[in-house]
Amino acid sequence: MTDLTKLTLKGALDGMKARDFSSEEITRAFIANIDAANPSLNAYVVQTSDKALDMARASDARLAKGEGGALEGAPLGIKDLFCTDGVQTTAGSNMLRGFVPPYESTVTANLWADGAVMLGKLNMDEFAMGSSNETSAFGPVKNPWKSASSNADLTPGGSSGGSASAVAGDLCLAATASDTGGSIRQPAAFTGTVGIKPTYGRASRFGMVAFASSLDQAGPITKTVEDAAILLRSMCSFDPKDSTSLDIETPDWTQSLGLGVKGLRIGVPKEYVVDGMPDEIQALWDQGVAWLKAAGAEIVEISLPHTKYALPTYYIVAPAEASSNLARYDGMRYGHRAAAFSSLNDLYEESRAEGFGKEVQRRLTIGAYVLSAGFYDAFYVKALKVRRRIAQDFDNVWDKVDAILTPSTPSAAFALGDKQIDPVTMYLNDVFTVTANLAGLPGISVPAGLDSGGLPLGLQVIGKALDEATVFQVADVLEQAAGFTARPDKWW
Amino acid sequence: MAIDAATVRKVAHLARIKTPEDRLEPLAQELNGILKWIEQLDEVDIEGVEPMTSNVSQPLRLRDDVVTDGDKVADVLSNAPRSADGFFVVPKVVE
Repeated sequence: MTDLTKLTLKGALDGMKARDFSSEEITRAFIANIDAANPSLNAYVVQTSDKALDMARASDARLAKGEGGALEGAPLGIKDLFCTDGVQTTAGSNMLRGFVPPYESTVTANLWADGAVMLGKLNMDEFAMGSSNETSAFGPVKNPWKSASSNADLTPGGSSGGSASAVAGDLCLAATASDTGGSIRQPAAFTGTVGIKPTYGRASRFGMVAFASSLDQAGPITKTVEDAAILLRSMCSFDPKDSTSLDIETPDWTQSLGLGVKGLRIGVPKEYVVDGMPDEIQALWDQGVAWLKAAGAEIVEISLPHTKYALPTYYIVAPAEASSNLARYDGMRYGHRAAAFSSLNDLYEESRAEGFGKEVQRRLTIGAYVLSAGFYDAFYVKALKVRRRIAQDFDNVWDKVDAILTPSTPSAAFALGDKQIDPVTMYLNDVFTVTANLAGLPGISVPAGLDSGGLPLGLQVIGKALDEATVFQVADVLEQAAGFTARPDKWW
Repeated sequence: MAIDAATVRKVAHLARIKTPEDRLEPLAQELNGILKWIEQLDEVDIEGVEPMTSNVSQPLRLRDDVVTDGDKVADVLSNAPRSADGFFVVPKVVE
């Protein structure tokens, strides 16, 4: 019998609909994989195996009657950022250890309404602040991939490291993730998976633990572009409970696949050539350009002149918003409360010092600083103005190009522990992804090749606001041209 | 505008994060490293540019001013560190 856990989401949905196998069978196969792999990969922080089997049997009953939704019976992993009714949700933080939401996030509610099965909650950087999963209170996730030249454990990227590792390691069919500066696309690139961040406002933020509200956006990590189109559609919806949710139709993006890119204009921004970028990344980018050209696209060199200011802008805007959002963790109504304290103020300070990890404390401190009296204009307001310049860069090229092609990351996956010395070095991971967050644009990472050590590398396609259709169209052509079939050798 | 230990102490208090004295100096150095990197924003011409607070151009929606939810005391208290008789229990705040 074929290994059901190696199927794509599309393949599994078709198989269940044809009654080739049941949701319970494939769910059991994933649970067995998780039981065996999780002690090594640490991708799941909570397993909900009993709940998964109940949901799978309910799906099978619906499928038997010829009913069922768009994801009927599909076992998925859920990033621990999404509140799940009755199931612990921590956002990777000791602050929320033991927190059990009495309500469901809109994104996950949409998935269950479409018939999906929840396998468990996936590890992540604490409050999504990190690029390597090393800031999680539950320990780092390991990448299923290893370099041919070393046995060192590699990061799956972050903050959606658990999601990426679980998909790459066959511990779920697909996973939810979230992206504030690159937290879907960077882990996807590091694990040979597909990850898309949709236009800001497509997916509801209701019930997502907040990091930086003007940047946070949910999206899927999957094995294929088609799977991403299927899962993203189910995740997105208009939601009156999120004031920035867009009241628009969610298209069927699978219709964008197979169209080719003949006649499309693809922008190649010269500012995305960064200092110290490995030759292999440049070569992969050149290869991507060649593939699209061969498929009939017109390649246009473009300039996005404020690109180099995107990360410094992000590291003012995101900590400022985090400092405001995370003020809610005061040890009073939920979350960690210190046992010993001398005054009310001391209780706040002790609870937050005990509950938050080092990187979160660092960012909250920066956020409080850039918002403080005397520095607000010099830092925060200035960053918001530069942010508009960055968004205008994109506005200025959309009459010349239909989509933009860049590398997803400046390197392949690095070893755990490698970049912990200097925060700024870690922050540079998001150099190619963060612009799409600041401008609110959709961006996808597609696995496109391997580096000399046999590690996956990704290409990113950025599109106009609400034009995920073209992003999927281009990603589909890249996926076909790359023919990326490499899989990690199982060591776990 | 370099940050010193005294500034870190003040900002840590603003952020309500207890920071031991021996952490102030290392933290000041870390923050200075990050802020020095951020200083490159000074190069950007932002004359006449409106601050961008949101990616969404639509106005915030209004809804009818009616109760849509509620009567969930047990749910609201279910994650409280301490609660009693339908209330949160917090330390004595009047000293």
